[in-house]
Amino acid sequence: MSHQPVAIVGIGQTHHKKRRGDVSIAGLVREAAQRALEDANMDWGDIDAVVLGKAPDLFEGVMKPEMYLADALGAVNKPMFRVHTAGSVGGSTGIVGSHLVGAGRHKRVLSVAFEKQSEGNAQFALGGGKSGSIGAGGAFAPFIRAYIRRSGAPEDIGWQVAVKDRQNGAKNPYAHLKLADITIEKVKESPMMWDPLHFLESCPSSDGACAVVFTDEDGGKAASKPPAWVLATAMKSEPSTFAGRDAVSPQGAHDCSAEIYKAVGVTNPREQIDCAELYVPFSWYEPMWLEAHDIAAPGEGWKMTDSGATALDGDFPVNMSGGVLSSNPIGASGLLRFAEAALQVRGQAGDHQVGGAKLALAQAYGANAQFFAMWAVGSSLDPLGS
Amino acid sequence: MPRTENDIAIVGYAQSPMLRRSEHTETEMMLPTVQGALKMAGLTKDDIGFTVSGSCDYLSGQAFSFVSNVDAYGAWPPINESHVEMDGAWAMYEAFVRLLQGDIDTAVAAGVGKNSNSDAATLYTIEVDPYYLTPLGADPQSLAALQYRALLDSGKATERDVAELVARNRASAKGNVHAQVSGDFDVDELLAADYVRNPLRRHDLPPTTDGCAAVVLARGKKAYELCERPVWITGIDHRIEPHLPTLRQDLTSSISTKLAADGAGAGNGPIEVAEVYAPFSFQELIVTEALGLGADTAVNPSGGALAANPVMVTGLIRVIEAAKQIMENGKSRTLAHATSGPCLQQNLVTILEGDA
Repeated sequence: MSHQPVAIVGIGQTHHKKRRGDVSIAGLVREAAQRALEDANMDWGDIDAVVLGKAPDLFEGVMKPEMYLADALGAVNKPMFRVHTAGSVGGSTGIVGSHLVGAGRHKRVLSVAFEKQSEGNAQFALGGGKSGSIGAGGAFAPFIRAYIRRSGAPEDIGWQVAVKDRQNGAKNPYAHLKLADITIEKVKESPMMWDPLHFLESCPSSDGACAVVFTDEDGGKAASKPPAWVLATAMKSEPSTFAGRDAVSPQGAHDCSAEIYKAVGVTNPREQIDCAELYVPFSWYEPMWLEAHDIAAPGEGWKMTDSGATALDGDFPVNMSGGVLSSNPIGASGLLRFAEAALQVRGQAGDHQVGGAKLALAQAYGANAQFFAMWAVGSSLDPLGS
Repeated sequence: MPRTENDIAIVGYAQSPMLRRSEHTETEMMLPTVQGALKMAGLTKDDIGFTVSGSCDYLSGQAFSFVSNVDAYGAWPPINESHVEMDGAWAMYEAFVRLLQGDIDTAVAAGVGKNSNSDAATLYTIEVDPYYLTPLGADPQSLAALQYRALLDSGKATERDVAELVARNRASAKGNVHAQVSGDFDVDELLAADYVRNPLRRHDLPPTTDGCAAVVLARGKKAYELCERPVWITGIDHRIEPHLPTLRQDLTSSISTKLAADGAGAGNGPIEVAEVYAPFSFQELIVTEALGLGADTAVNPSGGALAANPVMVTGLIRVIEAAKQIMENGKSRTLAHATSGPCLQQNLVTILEGDA
């Protein structure tokens, strides 16, 4: 790609909670944006354009809220853009922001994604705004059952993911759930929600926001803290359903990561990529995405989980932040994945830092496991030294 | 001016029928429209590098409404795709920026709006500040009436000026096959009508419209391969203003339109035709003033939003109408304007040019 290099120089997020009754929607997004600006050593006036992402407006009951949020996000007299690509939207919001810098349209862009689920009824909206919603868990459970049957994975894989991500989340000061004392036994004995998913294998419903500041090569090199470089971005979509579609391992997921690997020069993802933040709202999606993104061979993803390879101290850590299982403000969840990958290669992930991470992958997916957004970020523009 | 590989042009476009009520879904409205735009460019779906659409869940009446709309693009094998909860004109902006990444050379941008599903006066009260304005039931008509009153009080225009503007737009719309409202109207008769929200009369309001529009963009040499007379996007910019109308510096001017026009380079040459998106009649005066247009610029030969107003599409239709002037009507430099939000809160300006 001939576009200009793009650097991430500021990252901010809110403390995610079930209900952030202490702030309005504007207060919530501003909290994340303010932290990102402070991290970038910038002020509101330094930003040239703002990109806002969130999942369906029905979650809060505010139509096109970017209009009302223009003031809170310092966008007055600037370009303000609104992205909505279902669950992948947080990722798309980061990608669209990075493209504005990459295309040379702007020098400094602020991408913000949020959801304030306590202000509405997410379950209702997840069902398309109709009654009788089966929700996301009900929609994905059949895919998960198909994966288990196809791969022959033992039943405790999902429980292991649930424990591992919550233990990681306990190390993340911003995470919604802090379940440091979670055990396999507790997950197994928590109520069955959507067979085979137990309550503790499901994501929470959170209020939260995430913000990222992008700048150009000069800005990245001049930044006071180490930047993360956006090495490649990709967005793929496929239809919700048709005879022959593989909903367990969607073609769009394979295509999305293949495009990223090619752009970055990755030939062996498990060896060359240091860690990954994958959108895992239900435990079993960890092995499913490891396979659908060709990090593990078909049927081998669960073995990575089982062997501890995806733990914080494993050879391929996944969801160091605690992931969607620990915090899920839906519209922000994708950008939180993308931001955590950037924190890792900047060496700023605190207690959930993977030592020496140079190349990190982040992914978000949406709707009927059919929309995919992904980026790879590096500690330098050539982390593989190719 | 020689074109480079960083220059992007419109090479195809299409509009659906503009109807008070379509019995088709958004996806069904999109399919033939996207196909029509592709056909004009001589392309099929497999030739397209990036696809993006603009639509609004609340208009279609369900969350995730755009999800099924990927079917209109034939998203198999999987496609590079995005969606904005904005007018299709902003979808085109995303496609423009995506093409500038340099790895692809064609893109489709579409807008779709099924406005007949809802009562605008009820629905749009939730498009404003949820804590301070929504509880007041502040609908667009009421807010626009306040803006119109400010314009009248400023002395910049009279109700007769605005009625004449309405008559001109409706007469112009007679030549537009997509117009829902058109014809010859007597200004005195228009002025004799009752107020809907004083000083707004029914003819100052746009019609409710279901519709869709799509454009095909191409980069650099590809544009010449696909089109005899590509319509080059030589400038495009958009800006937003404070949300609360009470926080605007002057409701009778549009600072964000002026900033966007400056950013797009509107003043770098004469503009032969301007298509502006003024949902409420009098807003055309505010927008044309902010754009710095003179008497030598023809405004809204299509009849504008008063002829058809499929919200989420109307801005992209302005782009298409302005592009048509170049591709089909021999013009060389035109302008398209799009707006969103209460009292012209957000505005986008596109400058289009044909080769000499």
